Amino acid sequence: MASLTLRDLNKTFGSVEVLRGINLEVDAGEFVVLVGPSGCGKSTLLAMIAGLESVTSGEIAIAGRLVNNVPPKDRDIAMVFQSYALYPTMTVRGNITFGMESRGVPKKEQAAALARVAALLQIEKLLNRKPGQLSGGQRQRVAMGRALVRDPALFLFDEPLSNLDAKLRVEMRTEIKKLHQRLAKTTVYVTHDQVEAMTLASRIAVMHQGRVQQFAVPRMVYDRPANMFVAGFMGSPSMNFVPAEVVADEGRPAIAIAGANGPAVVLPLPEPTPNSLGDRGRRVVLGVRPEHLTRYDRRLREDKPHLATLEAPVEVVEPTGAETMAVVRLGEREVIARFEADAAPVVGERVTLALDMARACLFDAETEALI
Amino acid sequence: MIAAPAARRLSAILPQLVLAPSLVATFIYVFVFCGWTIFISLSDSSLLPDYSFAGFHHYAELWANRRWNIAYTNLFVFGTLYVVGATAIGLALAILIDQRIRAEALWRTIYLYPLAVSFVVTGTVWRWILSPATGIESIVHHLGWMGFRFDWIVQRDFAIYTVVITGIWQASGFVMALFLAGLRSVDQDLVKAAQIDGAGMARIYRKIILPGIGPIFIAVLVVLLQFAIKTFDLVYALTGGGPGVSTTVPAIYVYDLMFQRGQMAEGAAAAIMILAALSLVLVPYTVWVNWHRRHGEAHG
Repeated sequence: MASLTLRDLNKTFGSVEVLRGINLEVDAGEFVVLVGPSGCGKSTLLAMIAGLESVTSGEIAIAGRLVNNVPPKDRDIAMVFQSYALYPTMTVRGNITFGMESRGVPKKEQAAALARVAALLQIEKLLNRKPGQLSGGQRQRVAMGRALVRDPALFLFDEPLSNLDAKLRVEMRTEIKKLHQRLAKTTVYVTHDQVEAMTLASRIAVMHQGRVQQFAVPRMVYDRPANMFVAGFMGSPSMNFVPAEVVADEGRPAIAIAGANGPAVVLPLPEPTPNSLGDRGRRVVLGVRPEHLTRYDRRLREDKPHLATLEAPVEVVEPTGAETMAVVRLGEREVIARFEADAAPVVGERVTLALDMARACLFDAETEALI
Repeated sequence: MIAAPAARRLSAILPQLVLAPSLVATFIYVFVFCGWTIFISLSDSSLLPDYSFAGFHHYAELWANRRWNIAYTNLFVFGTLYVVGATAIGLALAILIDQRIRAEALWRTIYLYPLAVSFVVTGTVWRWILSPATGIESIVHHLGWMGFRFDWIVQRDFAIYTVVITGIWQASGFVMALFLAGLRSVDQDLVKAAQIDGAGMARIYRKIILPGIGPIFIAVLVVLLQFAIKTFDLVYALTGGGPGVSTTVPAIYVYDLMFQRGQMAEGAAAAIMILAALSLVLVPYTVWVNWHRRHGEAHG
């Protein structure tokens, strides 16, 4: 049974459409991440699931029960806020037990639940402190504790890590993942950070302009993005886009990239080609992730049968330590290629690049949808 | 380039220069006159100042005076009821207005308006309203209910409560504005979190919001208390301290002695007692504010 079902969900504020036709089905135990740039409607969607925002039209069902008009407290959910929203005048203990007190849970059960959560999150020593006396990471733990102390049908996280510094964020990310693996609770998690989405999610819903652009497992979202928005949003450095045209190369399907001031570069497409490839002359956009564009080496051929080669001048070199990113000129476009640190090019070098066509994506130039 | 250092020196002392007159004036008005009043209270001044030292006997006479004791008792009765009443009503109004009602600005203005009316006007209008001959009692009599009585203002034992009612009417809008600002500053995520935690609105106010605006309670109490202690014009316009001396408050007593009866020394002694009462409120408050600030800094 689905833990959370959203059917044709719409939300408007006055005349502004914030969410349009959202359909999602979250299975029990899943960790679904809603990811998108700010203003895409992901936080509004979460607030609607929580019952903090009204539904304009459509349906929300939690554990099979329609909850459109059910107040937040009766939805059987727990939520972690971006600001943590810890009650400032209460101790950590008071913060964690406030919900149980409100629901009239007997003191004995409260103490047991508190002890369990405090041990789980290693906050036993903080129980008598006030939120103002805690560090960011500790507040984060307490906020999680407040959610975990109940046993809800659904956990909601609203950008819980965005107020932490980079190092702590990575640590807490791992910890959230561990917690989910251990508790296997259905979770909906909102973030604008695509790395968080990739690392945590069992499925990712990429949102843009009030719509779900793609809802799939992380690998799928990364390898076969549904459209150019998803392709560009997921992954860092982001996917390179090069305008191209469908042509035939010795009778086999290929694409051609216009050269800046030379002949067009023709790249053969791996077969079988998708049925929707279309006729010769169609305008398309070639999408290549930087890691699929690297210095050519004969040995690469062995496990990559669809390797295409091309020559390009190197314009900028950016070493990151583990690898080196280089901006090269491909046709009229600058694209980013990834090199092993010991095979890094130098500026001005004309480098022979290997492009893994099996991993490249083609998008329609007009609709920006994946072909 | 001799002018440059001079200009720099000028701009360096300019702030002090600008502030100096008001600092000097404040110093003279507060500390010099306070000192002078203390000195007068220890002299035998009557109609005119007399600078010979006469000891503390005016204080003793003051506390032996029945009228002064009534005034000081009145101060406690009025002060307590006024502060509690205005806080309760102001807070209730603020919570009601906080419910995202329609035409909020209109309600805010209506409730805040009494503060724009001076104490003298307030006192005069409420004297008419409360007077049996012209106000509520007379209206109800005209409606035909002849047995109705509402004449607290002319009853010795009840007149002080009419002062309380009038004072609350005037102050509760102001208290509402302070509380409303506080309520609006509460992080809305806290309310949402409490809703998800299963708390009803009453519990959210009691446990989350009101404890969160604790400092505003302190500010409201201090402002109201010092209003209460120095109350003069409201009582003067409303009851004139009467009937008899039943609504006399310390400030009226001071005014009476100093400017009506020519007993300047004893008036000064009474004024110093008002100062003592004010310090009882303001000194702990200042200490608390400083402690709170340092305490807050210590915990970042």
